[in-house]
Amino acid sequence: MAPRTLFEKIWQSHVVHEETNRPSLIWIDRHLIHEVTSPQAFEGLRIAGRRVRRPDLTFATADHNVPTTDRSLPIRDPISAKQVEVLGRNCREFGITYFDLKSPHQGILHVIGPELGLTLPGLTIVCGDSHTSTHGAFGAFALGIGTSEVEHVLATQCLWLEKPKTLEIRVDESRARGVSAKDIILSIIGRIGTGGGTGSVIEYRGQAISELSMEERMTICNMSIEGGARAGLISPDETTFGYLQGRRYVPKGEDFEKAKDHWLQLATEKGAAFDGSVHLDVSQIAPQVTWGTTPAMVTDVTGQVPNPGDFDDPNMAKAAARALEYMGLEAGTAIQAIKLDRVFIGSCTNSRLEDLVAASKVVNGQKVAPNVRAMVVPGSQMTKVQAERLGLNQIFKEAGFEWRESGCSMCLGMNPDILAPRERCASTSNRNFEGRQGRGGRTHLVSPIMAAAAAIEGHFVDVRNWDIAS
Amino acid sequence: MDPFKQLTGIVAPLDRLNVDTDQIIPKQFLKLVERTGFGQYLFYDWRMDPDGKPKADFVLNDHRYKGARILLARANFGCGSSREHAVWALSDYGFRALIAPSYADIFYNNCFKNGVLPITLDETMVDRLFREVTKLEKYQLEIDLEQQTIRKPNGENLRFEIDQFWKKCLLEGLDDIVLTLQHEEKIRAHEQRLSPFRLVHH
Repeated sequence: MAPRTLFEKIWQSHVVHEETNRPSLIWIDRHLIHEVTSPQAFEGLRIAGRRVRRPDLTFATADHNVPTTDRSLPIRDPISAKQVEVLGRNCREFGITYFDLKSPHQGILHVIGPELGLTLPGLTIVCGDSHTSTHGAFGAFALGIGTSEVEHVLATQCLWLEKPKTLEIRVDESRARGVSAKDIILSIIGRIGTGGGTGSVIEYRGQAISELSMEERMTICNMSIEGGARAGLISPDETTFGYLQGRRYVPKGEDFEKAKDHWLQLATEKGAAFDGSVHLDVSQIAPQVTWGTTPAMVTDVTGQVPNPGDFDDPNMAKAAARALEYMGLEAGTAIQAIKLDRVFIGSCTNSRLEDLVAASKVVNGQKVAPNVRAMVVPGSQMTKVQAERLGLNQIFKEAGFEWRESGCSMCLGMNPDILAPRERCASTSNRNFEGRQGRGGRTHLVSPIMAAAAAIEGHFVDVRNWDIAS
Repeated sequence: MDPFKQLTGIVAPLDRLNVDTDQIIPKQFLKLVERTGFGQYLFYDWRMDPDGKPKADFVLNDHRYKGARILLARANFGCGSSREHAVWALSDYGFRALIAPSYADIFYNNCFKNGVLPITLDETMVDRLFREVTKLEKYQLEIDLEQQTIRKPNGENLRFEIDQFWKKCLLEGLDDIVLTLQHEEKIRAHEQRLSPFRLVHH
């Protein structure tokens, strides 16, 4: 048999039905549910008198619109409160495991899935959320779906999918100190563009990828969707197994050893062919800062805001001009001269323990600049507890950061955490779209340590020049 | 779902690259638990000023495009979040067909589940349509899904390609859960031989 990619192996082992020139019916191993994209799906089931086929493979939590302030108080926004209440009711009615707001396992789905060991190599995972691509870090084919598809998976545990193409992104060499996984993925998106991965599953490979921790790999795969990809993947290895061992829903003891052998077989084989390939040298990558209103509008921290006239494509030039107007930026401005009002460390991209540890080292013993309001929103209750055990909450609070409860928070501003019009924010999240963090709000995407350093200085700085205790 | 066979309608040109679903339906309107009523919030932050009054310079507020049923757009339309609310809002507002050089994958799939036809044409053709639409008042197109054609006001016919599976779903207004359940035996067979490495271990 010809050498196969990880994706090919997962696909073949999950086909329930296929015909030529048609989408295939694919079995889904895990279905993650949240309050915003599921109510209409459950309503659809009720109207048609259908049940949930595999409630045992379905897991839910509320993350998108939950407040990150005191959890003992009721949710003040009545519509958000209703969505959360409806989710709880639906889970009870259909027998689905639900980590509610009081659960020690509540958190952003793409943080808790891996933490609980729901995410395993070789699985198919779906969720009504585009950042489901995060789980690909474990070598799972994980993708975001719409609400009608959520209903379809609830009813059938299957999904009609056109077979995606495969795109290899090879990242070679080792990165410089101060360069984060976030900088690698932003730099990849800057290179391939927001539609560069459309219709494809990206597999990230190469020395720089194998050197990443699991949490860093999650950051990379998380933003595959920002490159338009159907999913992101990384072949499982010892780093993957080290992370998984001992987690709640992972095989135990002898079963774990057997699983490990099986997972190792899944990795992309030498010589396997991809439909496309892109190569990057990570040693050339500097910390990245977005200047515009798509994640592909990104440059080095040592760079300047570009001139729309420099783009060859007239549609791109128009988009850049519009982005600068929205962002309130002038062409030629040095990135490090951009002053900030807010700093947000959180989201399914960068709210895990390593992100918080790294950021805390930058702010330790320092004070947030007087013009900046800064907050940290841990990705999950488990992350928050671990961080507090390490005393990170104290470090952040002493520096002047707010320390919050877990949730999606200001990544998409569905809860009360939003920017005011024209407020400028350094954010560790994944989208800098117009209005994403609040109408008129201006978002610059950066890594956690870049955000932390910017909070202290009040403007962007090159974190490579900082003396950070390791 | 209402079947989609033919459609004749006014075309509204939205001349922006990478229109994301946060623009199509801003997040403050995602809190409904129904599928209907989203049309009033379509492109809200572009269409309305902060006081909720229509902005004169936004294309959908231009009287020439009143009642438009076809949206002409640029590449990578519908990128970003998976929210199907974006399609619900377009459809509730009155759009039944879209024309663009490319779409984001999740958005594209969501269209077919809601009787909205996303037509892909090459960049040059889309450019030409943009020029024609802005020149001619009440510019209309006649879309025939069965024939996979678009008839222009000058009588010229354009052909578009579409996946035959999704075409059938739209033409017949099929509920794809019903379609899937026709394969129940195969689903059960797959389910019964699931490898232990794919199960949830407690």
